[in-house]
Amino acid sequence: MSELVRMSAARVAQAVNRGDVSALEITDAVLAHVDEVDDRVGAYLTRLHDLARDAARTVDRRVRSGERLPLAAVPIAVKDNMCLTGTPTTAGSKILQHWLSPYTCTAVRRMLDAGAIPIGKANMDEFAMGSSCENSALGVTRNPYDLSRVPGGSSGGSAAAVAAYEAAIGLGSDTGGSIREPAAFCNAVGFKPTYGRVSRYGLIAFASSLDQIGPIARTVEDAALAYEAMAGHDPMDSTSIARQVEAPGTALREDLKGVRVGIVKQFVTERLGATIHAVYRRAYEELEALGATLVEVDLPTADYGLATYYLIAPAECSSNLARFDGVRYGLRVEGADVGAMYEATRAAGFGAEVKRRILIGTYALSSGYYDAYYVKAQKARTMFANDFRHAFASCDLIASPAASSPAFEFNAKSDPYSMYMMDYYTIPMSLAGLPAISVPCGWVTPEGGNRPLPMGLQLAAPLFEEAKLLGVAHAYERATAHATNYAPEIDSQESPTEASTS
Amino acid sequence: MTVAENVRTKYEAVIGIECHVELKTKTKMFCACPNEFGGEPNSHVCPVCLALPGALPVANKEAIEHLLLAGLAFGAQIPPFSKFDRKNYFYPDMPKNYQISQYDMPLTQGGVVRYWLDDGTMKECRLTRIHLEEDTGKSTHAGGGDGRIAGSRYSLIDFNRAGVPLMECVSEPDIRSAEEAVAFLEALKRTFVLLGVSDVKMEEGSLRCDANVSIRPVGSTDYGTKTEIKNMNSFRSVHRAIQSEIERQIGIVESGGRIVQETRGWDETQGVTHPMRSKEQAHDYRYFPDPDLVPMEIDATRLESLKSRIPADRLPWNRFARYHGEYRIDVKQASQLIENLPLADYFDRCVEASKNPQQSMNFVLGDLSRLANETGTPVADSAVTPPHLAELIALVQARTINSKIAKELLQRMWNGEGSPRAVVEKEGLAQTSDASEIEKFVAEVIASNAAAVADYQSGKTNILGFLTGQVMKASRGKANPALVQELLKSKLSP
Repeated sequence: MSELVRMSAARVAQAVNRGDVSALEITDAVLAHVDEVDDRVGAYLTRLHDLARDAARTVDRRVRSGERLPLAAVPIAVKDNMCLTGTPTTAGSKILQHWLSPYTCTAVRRMLDAGAIPIGKANMDEFAMGSSCENSALGVTRNPYDLSRVPGGSSGGSAAAVAAYEAAIGLGSDTGGSIREPAAFCNAVGFKPTYGRVSRYGLIAFASSLDQIGPIARTVEDAALAYEAMAGHDPMDSTSIARQVEAPGTALREDLKGVRVGIVKQFVTERLGATIHAVYRRAYEELEALGATLVEVDLPTADYGLATYYLIAPAECSSNLARFDGVRYGLRVEGADVGAMYEATRAAGFGAEVKRRILIGTYALSSGYYDAYYVKAQKARTMFANDFRHAFASCDLIASPAASSPAFEFNAKSDPYSMYMMDYYTIPMSLAGLPAISVPCGWVTPEGGNRPLPMGLQLAAPLFEEAKLLGVAHAYERATAHATNYAPEIDSQESPTEASTS
Repeated sequence: MTVAENVRTKYEAVIGIECHVELKTKTKMFCACPNEFGGEPNSHVCPVCLALPGALPVANKEAIEHLLLAGLAFGAQIPPFSKFDRKNYFYPDMPKNYQISQYDMPLTQGGVVRYWLDDGTMKECRLTRIHLEEDTGKSTHAGGGDGRIAGSRYSLIDFNRAGVPLMECVSEPDIRSAEEAVAFLEALKRTFVLLGVSDVKMEEGSLRCDANVSIRPVGSTDYGTKTEIKNMNSFRSVHRAIQSEIERQIGIVESGGRIVQETRGWDETQGVTHPMRSKEQAHDYRYFPDPDLVPMEIDATRLESLKSRIPADRLPWNRFARYHGEYRIDVKQASQLIENLPLADYFDRCVEASKNPQQSMNFVLGDLSRLANETGTPVADSAVTPPHLAELIALVQARTINSKIAKELLQRMWNGEGSPRAVVEKEGLAQTSDASEIEKFVAEVIASNAAAVADYQSGKTNILGFLTGQVMKASRGKANPALVQELLKSKLSP
């Protein structure tokens, strides 16, 4: 593996802007590495060799003409629910398997404008519904730290790509934990900004009031760089916020003196087992050791998170996914009349989990049930926001696990509810629209497992306090360096070609 | 089916109207595509109005303002807070398979539409609400020969209209006849045209309406079972459809039957309504607030600035009250004026300049309209300015010129000669009442018309008209005709 592919986004941009290395060299190295390892990892559904090399040449031209690009030549993985002109954009679904997007998502556009190179379109759970990537209809993605395990989801392809050095930054989307959980599974940093910070224009909608694009990276600094490139109002998205984005770089700090970190009373980590509990106990102590004060905060609604989320998200998805009907684009399965065509197309095009959520959502919005389910869930959502407001009166940030367990084996979660439980700690923040980040916080070797698996610490901040959040996460990362303790399994495995040539 | 007059008068119809009006805006409701009628199929489309994956709507401010203006013109209340909802149902014309509409918090509530009938009676119909939504595309069913879906092999969809802003006006059941329904719609139409919020071209489908119709015995205050009539494509078909439905319902009730609540389509060729598929009514639209759009807040400042844009004097019912009630212009002529907005505005300026509504109307609807027809130039665009017409009226009123000269002058004004007073002064066209001057012309005419003079003197006094005409001609029209007659009589009397 060329050293070029291991560089952080910050170092790549610096080296390319200085002229130490060209964007094309970086890109070619990353593409070669992807071709070497991705048959085993499966991070990408589509590799974008031509587009990436064209983009690299453009970056080189811009740099030569004197431009300094914040993400010069930074290789990125684009989750396959983000439109990029001329590329297949499938959302991991058969219904969009052969659809080529004729336009580009605002967040992706901003990354490319800042100099980033799109290496490929990353695998995901179908329509971002899932926590393991197993719901992708189009491919299997493996966890680079243990190839027998899932990378998490729904942004599993992006997280795996970052972990396997197939990209420096992976773009993900997070509805209930879809950035934070796979980042935790793959020893990466996963950052979900405040709802509305990053435009959703060109992001294939799952649940519009919850979806938020954010970066997955190997360092907090890289996540901050990507966030800064993407964030800010977009006239194409009415829900994007017209509010100054505070430059996160200046807030990156070394210690946590004076920071009050809230530990949620209801998030009892003992329930996760002694080994995992110990990881989080130590993580909280590490925060304290850096100068933070730990305070217990109350989140009385915590246990209603899943129930609330699994009404609102399916309700919105049942309507958002109605456009996939075989009429204008995507899969069409013919039928005797238009109604039969709809049914046949959707029956063949959607997977089981997507159908389940469409059914739940349709039911929740039905006349006679709307008040009991959807309206009540919206009220619960207001309660979450209020509870967090109260909690943040006594603390600056909240720390918690990012997921209920480390990466699990394929087919380990056969009933939907056990899969939904993975997002127990991330959903409340999503319901309140809060910015939250997952940073590596330790390793556990599960019973019967033979490799240590990474765990993630979730830090959440009040609305719009991304800069403070990134600053604290950076200090924690620098002081603990958990991420560097073990190399991915993919590193220790020589590929057949390498083995024969070396 | 025709119902005898004496039976019909036992019943009263109760009618409510729902109409959809396409707003005239530069761009569509939720994207930047042009809002233009027609065009090559699928040439006014983009990711948003085609509902491509990932596309998001952004509400059109101009459309919201248009709708608020319409509401304010009818005196509707504008709640400080409003939102968009999704109306979910599958339809191939509708790209998202939901329509962005408004459910429980429309932009306007209440209001009153004032309209008038042919006999000049003013009527009022309360509005329930006006809300904003988006139009669908259009399907063409092909391969079957007759354009119907039955027997067609495939359908083509044109999405140019998809996403065009649509205003839905819902009335209370205050309308009592087909004639009233049409008069109500005309008042709506005239108001929207006046405000510039819509072109209201029924032939282009920019106004489409449904009517809820029921009947009840005269004197009753209960409501009968209603039917909803669809597919009415012109004001004439609204009239015919409602009339036919009222008679159908009376026929059923008279023969002891019961009205079934249902949706009925108007068949223009057959001249009857017929039941539409009941599938239409089985929909559960699963309305919920659209999470892609932020709620709308309309503050008092914005509302005041919108209110100041309502031209109260020009609103159709205010004009009618003035023209018919105050100026005593008959209903037909008043309606004719109001219907033609530039002409009504022109007329108002003439009245303002001349302070003479009757004469203004005579000129505007008479000679000026004739000239407009002959030349193809609308009166309001002609060279005859309201101040010049007022001058002309003043010249006639002061008897400075007679009507014949006035007609000639008007033609010359139309041709661009400007101020009639200047022409009169320059060419000495003022009517003369100077007896000595007129006597010269009288003497000339008597001398050169011996036969006529003899006739008169033999008792054929009606020849006086001819002689008067000859004198007027000799004076080039300037002589005061009354004085001419008087002088002729005295000269010819034995």
